[in-house]
Amino acid sequence: MDFLDYAFMQRALLAAVLVGVTAPAVGIYLVQRRQALMGDGMGHVAMTGVGLGFLLSTSPVWMATLVCVVGSVVMELIRWYGKTRGDIALAMLFYGGMAGGVMFINLAPGGSNANLNSYLFGSLSTVSPQDVTAICVLAAFVILVTVGLRRQLFAVSQDEEFARVTGLPVRALNLLVAVTAAITVTVAMRVVGLLLVSALMVVPVAAAQQLTRSFRATFVIAVAIGVSATLGGTITSYYQDVPPGATIVLLTIALFIALTALATPLARRRVRAAATGCTLPRQATTPERPTADRVAEPAAEV
Amino acid sequence: MNDEPDLTEPVISLRGVTAELGARPVLRGIDLTVRRGEVVALLGANGSGKSTAIRTIVGQVPPTGGEIDILGTPRRRFKQWARVGYVPQRTTAAGGVPATVAEVVSSGRLSRARFGLLRKADRTAVHHALDLVGMADHAKDSVDALSGGQHQRVLIARALASEPEVLIMDEPMAGVDLASQEVLADTLRKQVAAGASVLLVLHELGPLEPLIDRAVVLRDGCVLHDGPPPKAVGQHALPGHDHVHPHTPADAEPLRMGLLS
Repeated sequence: MDFLDYAFMQRALLAAVLVGVTAPAVGIYLVQRRQALMGDGMGHVAMTGVGLGFLLSTSPVWMATLVCVVGSVVMELIRWYGKTRGDIALAMLFYGGMAGGVMFINLAPGGSNANLNSYLFGSLSTVSPQDVTAICVLAAFVILVTVGLRRQLFAVSQDEEFARVTGLPVRALNLLVAVTAAITVTVAMRVVGLLLVSALMVVPVAAAQQLTRSFRATFVIAVAIGVSATLGGTITSYYQDVPPGATIVLLTIALFIALTALATPLARRRVRAAATGCTLPRQATTPERPTADRVAEPAAEV
Repeated sequence: MNDEPDLTEPVISLRGVTAELGARPVLRGIDLTVRRGEVVALLGANGSGKSTAIRTIVGQVPPTGGEIDILGTPRRRFKQWARVGYVPQRTTAAGGVPATVAEVVSSGRLSRARFGLLRKADRTAVHHALDLVGMADHAKDSVDALSGGQHQRVLIARALASEPEVLIMDEPMAGVDLASQEVLADTLRKQVAAGASVLLVLHELGPLEPLIDRAVVLRDGCVLHDGPPPKAVGQHALPGHDHVHPHTPADAEPLRMGLLS
């Protein structure tokens, strides 16, 4: 445990834990709404923020947060109003965000794509004390929203139309999910990088689903998987000198595969336990029944 | 049921409501009233505007004209959603993440729960709603593991969880097996006996027929018939049934035919 002696590792581990909690906590609502790739799009938009941060010599983390939040609001507005051309508009936003990032960072004095790289793929060892403060504040907001409003967010993400008739402020809650996801992207960008953020939002939830029947259990297990992967990946990268972002994501995918392999026999056993067998007396089949009928039966059931 | 519904306060009232989907006019001036204690069936072919009419009432589709009142309040100012139970047109109660039956039904209780906190009374109400549709034993099951009829029962329990006075249902019998249809008809009968008013979209009257006080038949976004439910003389004996039944989905048809004959 000698890595705990280093200040940079303490910061890295704290950031990793916070990302491990927040990314799946938001991701579960995105997966529930079947918008699993939303985080990916926001990662692209955040690149413009990072570029702007360098260009204006302000903190890239806060600038990325600002741009990402604005981007998420625009995305929600597109979802409301641009029903037919919505996906095209979203594509423009995503690619525009990425191109903007590359452009701004190259315009910045002394800026180059090398600076951008640490945001694209994460750079845990260079997390500064200021970054940690920003990550803590943002993560606190994300946890407050995703846990405190879990029933409302569950209802809206499960069935928007029904949620409206329970009197919930559906638009405000949708906007809140989008903004929270945007903030999570910037929380995670120093740890796993903008291009891999979405993996931590989606894969832990997908892995947890292999084992669970309830939303509550899925939430808890997804967060547990997220934290194990980010901690495991960070420690591995300390000893093995491998990039932490990629290590974390590969570890998450490995957990997904392991849990899927584990869950398949488990589900089979559950089905067997539920099927207690037929208790009704079997109907006597008449041997002289025309074979044509029996051949037709399976087709009729389809 | 009441042959002569007393002309008391209407719980739902639409006057000259128009609505468009895209640029296509779907409702072209609908008048529709549901009085207290009444069960009104909204009938019509696919594309006649039945679902759109329901969805203007619940606010999912913005009307382009006319007036909608719910429980005596204009829809825009209406806030007491706990008094309304809604069953949207769905074939599944599941989302992208596993959820138990109890979790899904609990979201129907949010309209009564302050700040989304579910107290003991709320949990009791959720359990009672599940009991009403005969799904109490399945409370802890995942909705992914349910049959089509059970999904519909969960959706109805979710609407009943807030103990509403008005039930609005969009095709609650779609894809529902015989056993579940009977459970649903029985549930509805109890709700009506307890004083609930019901507006429901149906493809045909089916096992609910004895419950229905009045039928409103839509055609091309206009009201074609508003009066006592047409007596079924066979399976498709609605007035102008040529218009009413042209394109039922082929897969849904054999199941229902058997139930009605």
